[in-house]
Amino acid sequence: MTLKALFAASAATALLLALPANAAELTIGFSQIGSESGWRAAETSVSKQEAAKRKFNLKIADAQQKQENQIKAIRSFIAQNVDAIFLAPVVSTGWDSVLKEAKEAKIPVVLLDRDIDPSGKELYLTAVTSDSVHEGEVAGEWLAKTVGAKACNVVELQGTVGASVAANRKKGFDTAIAKHANLKVVRSQTGDFTRAKGKEVMESFIKAEGGGKNICAVYAHNDDMMVGAIQAMKEAGLKPGKDILTVSIDAVPDIFKAMVAGEANATVELTPNMAGPAFDVVAAFKEKGTVPPKWIQTESRLLTAADNPQKEYDGKKGLGY
Amino acid sequence: MTALLPRRGLAQILALIVILAVDRVVSPQFFDLRLQDGRLFGSLIDVLNRGTPVALLSLGMVLVIATRGIDLSVGAIMAISGAIAASLADSHSMAVVLAAALGAGLVCGLWNGFLVSVLGMQPIVATLILMVAGRGIAQLITEGRIVTFSSPDLVWLGNGSILGVPVPVAIALGMLVLTGAVVRGSALGLLIEATGGNARASELAGVGTRAMILAVYVWCGICAALAGVIAAADIMGADANNAGLWLELDAILAVVIGGTSLFGGRFSLVLAVLGALIIQTMNTGILLSGYPPEFNLLVKAVVVLAVLLLQSPKLSGVANVATRLRRTKA
Repeated sequence: MTLKALFAASAATALLLALPANAAELTIGFSQIGSESGWRAAETSVSKQEAAKRKFNLKIADAQQKQENQIKAIRSFIAQNVDAIFLAPVVSTGWDSVLKEAKEAKIPVVLLDRDIDPSGKELYLTAVTSDSVHEGEVAGEWLAKTVGAKACNVVELQGTVGASVAANRKKGFDTAIAKHANLKVVRSQTGDFTRAKGKEVMESFIKAEGGGKNICAVYAHNDDMMVGAIQAMKEAGLKPGKDILTVSIDAVPDIFKAMVAGEANATVELTPNMAGPAFDVVAAFKEKGTVPPKWIQTESRLLTAADNPQKEYDGKKGLGY
Repeated sequence: MTALLPRRGLAQILALIVILAVDRVVSPQFFDLRLQDGRLFGSLIDVLNRGTPVALLSLGMVLVIATRGIDLSVGAIMAISGAIAASLADSHSMAVVLAAALGAGLVCGLWNGFLVSVLGMQPIVATLILMVAGRGIAQLITEGRIVTFSSPDLVWLGNGSILGVPVPVAIALGMLVLTGAVVRGSALGLLIEATGGNARASELAGVGTRAMILAVYVWCGICAALAGVIAAADIMGADANNAGLWLELDAILAVVIGGTSLFGGRFSLVLAVLGALIIQTMNTGILLSGYPPEFNLLVKAVVVLAVLLLQSPKLSGVANVATRLRRTKA
């Protein structure tokens, strides 16, 4: 996988180098965390696509989940005198000295997907990240709007206990439904962000809530748990998407498959396109000196069965999710 | 107080009954059963069904532990076999899929057994290698994504039923009977116990201890592979990052709850499976209880401690003395 990605990356680099030089062409070094999840793989492929679209030269270094590899990669990008460095930081601390080196070399650094320790704010140009509290809010607002004034018991599949994303997605959802007295979270358990646990937990929710008759909607902190929960509902003789509404977060291809089959209702996208906005910011900064805000929030798109799930599935299935 | 005497199996059965009773309290519909699409449906069935992977793992693990070994790689083997089964399911026949997945488990078991019995490595270190590398191998097979399939044959293995009983439960039961017949129907079980009790003495007495050790790791690998296929069939996909993650610890716990000593020697297959059921009865109870998830691990730890205390010979000795004292007073 890594080797293949490396070959693909070097092939792409070679191809781009062979292209005639463009006045606006920029060389950007991207220190990617590694292949920790399907989403990460999709982020890497989308970054390549976005770079190709703009005819930018993108060099990707895979850090294999190690900070020291990322620091090495950044130093090597500085030595190559790239126009900008993208960093998807594996941890939030310990970046000060290497970012100072980049600053001294006058190479702007853009953080992708994750933020770092606030003490280093002046050391990077901007951070392009999603707001996971907002993702939860979007999910909650969709549910409130869809249910209307009807009383609705919601069961929640939480992410891993202690993960900040899980806590934020819970907080956002709770805030959104707090305004609606008819919506109530009756059960909430962790499904560890996995399909197997999502299924097991949903099975117990169904038993505990009168065979599922008392459940009006499921909210899952990620799509994988929802895919498992959908199976549990089907095995219990319920119709997910009709008897029980579903809303989850991430927008991985398989949730669109479920939407096409009428078994899922809505998902909130965690876009894998963090590099696109970052490219634009860097281009504007380099050409006109425009200083961007410290935080660029990516859009948390709500996608439902009405938004052509088949097209979304086709578009996403090749990205490596 | 006689219940506290270390008679085999009594402590485990008592623990299971107590946990079942607690489950009934936190969830009044716990014992409700009905048929849903020709398949039994209810919390008890969930316990059996969800307990299957750990029960299968414990069947192999208990034999390994009986030889004074340990196999940390079973979770990783689950991930490998699940990945193989899911990758082949839609393009090959069921026989090929099963042969490839179980064959992978066999090879993994041979590797562990080779390191332990031929090269004489410490089992915990030898199997740690595959525990780490195995998940990487599984990720290479799936290319880091969740490989889904729709082959109805493989899906049936996870979600089908035989006379109302979920297929995974039937498979686990079949494996228990098969393993029991092989090791207890012959002298094999005794030879395994002898190997674990004192390998050197057994070797001198003519027991092929190397072959025994190799055989138990191979069987453990096959059981783990079967568990991996069932886990993949259950979610209709192979999740190399999470399939079987930390289940080696649950399997070891099941064996220990089943009263088998980590120092090898005497073992019980039925009690190891009962141990797996105790763990799952507790897990399902926690999910049904509606407590916040932050309490899951705490509750689990307290229950496991209580079950192990129930088995402790020292503690039952204390209880016996207390009873005797009370009798002499009366």
